[in-house]
Amino acid sequence: MTEDCDGEEQDEETRRWSPGQGSSSSSRGGGSGASASSPLKTRCVRGRVDQPPPFSGLVLENVLENVLQFLACRRDRNAASLVCRSWYRAEARTRLELFIGNCYAVSPARALGRFRCARALVLKGRPRFADFNLVPVGWGARFSPWVASMAVAYPWLERVCLKRMTVTDADLALLARSFSSFRDLTLICCDGFGTPGLAAVAELCRNLRVLDLIENDVEDEDEEVVDWISRFPETATCLESLSFECVNCPVNFAALEALVARSPSLRRLRVNQHVSVGQLRCLMVRAPQLTHLGTGSFETVPAADGAAELDVAELESAFVASKSLVCLSGFRMVAPEYLPAIYPVCAGLVSLNLSYATTTAEQLKPVILQCHNLRTFWVLDTVGDEGLRAVAKTCKHLQGCQRLRSILYFCQRMTNAAVVTMSKNCQDLVVFRLCIMGRHRPDHITGEPMDEGFGAIVMNCKKLTRLAVSGLLTDKVFEYIAKYGKLVRTLSVAFAGNSDLSLRYVLEGCHKLQKLEIRDSPFGDAGLLSGIHHYYNMRFLWMNSCKLSLRGCKEVAQRLPRLVVEVFGDQNKDLDSDAVEKLYLYRSLVGPRDDVPSFVKIL
Amino acid sequence: MEGAGESLRDTELRLGLPGTDAPEKPALTVTRGGKRALPEDNEEAYAKSSKSSSAEEQGEGDLCGQEPPAAKAQVVGWPPIRSYRKNSLHARKVEGEAAGLYVKVSMDGAPYLRKIDLKVYKGYKELREALDDMFKCFSLGEFPRKEGCSGSEYAITYEDKDGDLMLVGDVPWEMFISSCRRLRIMKGSEARGLGSRH
Repeated sequence: MTEDCDGEEQDEETRRWSPGQGSSSSSRGGGSGASASSPLKTRCVRGRVDQPPPFSGLVLENVLENVLQFLACRRDRNAASLVCRSWYRAEARTRLELFIGNCYAVSPARALGRFRCARALVLKGRPRFADFNLVPVGWGARFSPWVASMAVAYPWLERVCLKRMTVTDADLALLARSFSSFRDLTLICCDGFGTPGLAAVAELCRNLRVLDLIENDVEDEDEEVVDWISRFPETATCLESLSFECVNCPVNFAALEALVARSPSLRRLRVNQHVSVGQLRCLMVRAPQLTHLGTGSFETVPAADGAAELDVAELESAFVASKSLVCLSGFRMVAPEYLPAIYPVCAGLVSLNLSYATTTAEQLKPVILQCHNLRTFWVLDTVGDEGLRAVAKTCKHLQGCQRLRSILYFCQRMTNAAVVTMSKNCQDLVVFRLCIMGRHRPDHITGEPMDEGFGAIVMNCKKLTRLAVSGLLTDKVFEYIAKYGKLVRTLSVAFAGNSDLSLRYVLEGCHKLQKLEIRDSPFGDAGLLSGIHHYYNMRFLWMNSCKLSLRGCKEVAQRLPRLVVEVFGDQNKDLDSDAVEKLYLYRSLVGPRDDVPSFVKIL
Repeated sequence: MEGAGESLRDTELRLGLPGTDAPEKPALTVTRGGKRALPEDNEEAYAKSSKSSSAEEQGEGDLCGQEPPAAKAQVVGWPPIRSYRKNSLHARKVEGEAAGLYVKVSMDGAPYLRKIDLKVYKGYKELREALDDMFKCFSLGEFPRKEGCSGSEYAITYEDKDGDLMLVGDVPWEMFISSCRRLRIMKGSEARGLGSRH
């Protein structure tokens, strides 16, 4: 996923990581039959000494554990753990994947102490607006304390997925050294590491199956670039997925080719833009079994390809041989003459990402007309309306948009009528994010605010869980969202609303709201305080450049002791000013964090 | 307003590279300093003309063949596109030339780097303020408020196209952003030696 799409992502993660999907030492067979290496067998320390359960209780817990092992969804597990102490204990012992949506909501000690048998960790750090430079450097979300604790508590750890965390090379080295069964590492929008860290992972994680680096800020100081690709073991590897599009430095191609050649399980390969189309062809020939391919530059690079330019027909035959391809992305530079080479795989494609390619409608049409099975499609506005019409016509699973579940659309301008139409045609939408790039831009035909359009979305799309609004918006749109958006969990607001009423509507009406991020909107203390009844049910609230004051924020902090209220300000501003530039509040079991930088004040 | 004029299309915010408007001939995208338009550029020009009702006002805002009015309404983090993606989109046309758009900023002693978009800033003052804001947790003192201020804790330097380390503030702003490859905030004591070379 190139853009953040939390809702779907969580589901995807759960699906991919549920037990039974290729887990290593499975102890699902039940109590006595389990292998000695199973972590479930190491529960000789029963946790509490206060009231050991009676014998019959013990039997019941064993039975319960065997049943709970099959429960994968964390929300179900959370519910199960609330039934009674016995269920709580059993659930804690059988939870294999630990999902922590806010790394500061809980401490490593506490999380690892409760779930002693977890084999996988999903950890999210910085608030999403950090992607847009709204969170200053050094704010936090460091992986270090987590990896240090896990090195002791989870020697059997297999999988780690981090999002918006700071991960250092030292962290990666510790991870690589500490977990002999380690197999999957996924880093999304992280920073703090470079090629030395990758080298450690490559070299020491002998059972590595997945190394997915997605949109990270990878350090590439010239002096320190390490040939990490060469560090993979020289024997056949277990690699199933290797994605390094975000690694900006060139990789040793000979080593990469050799690696691909000795990785018979490789199914997903996404290379960076330093890989030329000629090199890509070599890789495809080595790995015709690929299901997911990130093509890199998709153009000739003289330094890499030498004097001879790759013949399109040769490239096409490589695609012909890749009979299993379902997902295609990359196209960082895309020389248009090579695009036709992908025709042979179009009919099988389920996902196509052209969002880095400035494809025109003319270039797109012959491609898209063959993509009958497409479910996920990313494209730039360079294709124009004509291009999108071709998409609508061909892609039945997108077609008429009836089954469309997620829209992320950036545009110059929009009309309410168009948005209303979308809401009627795509009633299955789960995610609707419309970014009208002009701030405060009204409906360009009627001159009206965009309230009615977004109102129609929440009214008609009854499954909507994620919404991002833009354009000229008054309090009215928030009234609609509050009234109809009963399932909305994530709401992104920018340059919208007239008054505190907006915020009040949302906080009082959207009962499922978990994540609220707001920027540059005229909401003040009154609006903030109207959410007091709800903040414990939310993962976080972010507000920047609104009309908040210290007084209001302090009041929230006082009234809600389990909330951490972080205020970051501008030191340059008048110190007497009570105005709060940035607010980030979140519930936490462990109170204020101990790694607060100097520009953050916890109220 | 609908009739805002074809010439304004060039100044509109977009994700794709300018000149890649398929339905019509690629129009010359006029930008400040002759550089390619970033999505945030020229927004105010559009906003202004979209609000105007009289043809005369539109005529004044009309950009046929001329430099657009200074687009000063640039805002941090808007549109909400990750810098990673912006870098990729622009890297295409840069072709080895240091265009001075997104550059890395490092600070001696800080474990983190940052990337900033030089085009967002109007001049040196704004740049300094932004850097001050970004690295405040590491600054032990005030950034120099004017060039050549000695005795200050830190100095802002940059590496230019030729790989030379230069003190920020010596050359006109436009020249600076076209030649700056990366920024480095170093201890004032180290930078003093730099200043004397000029």
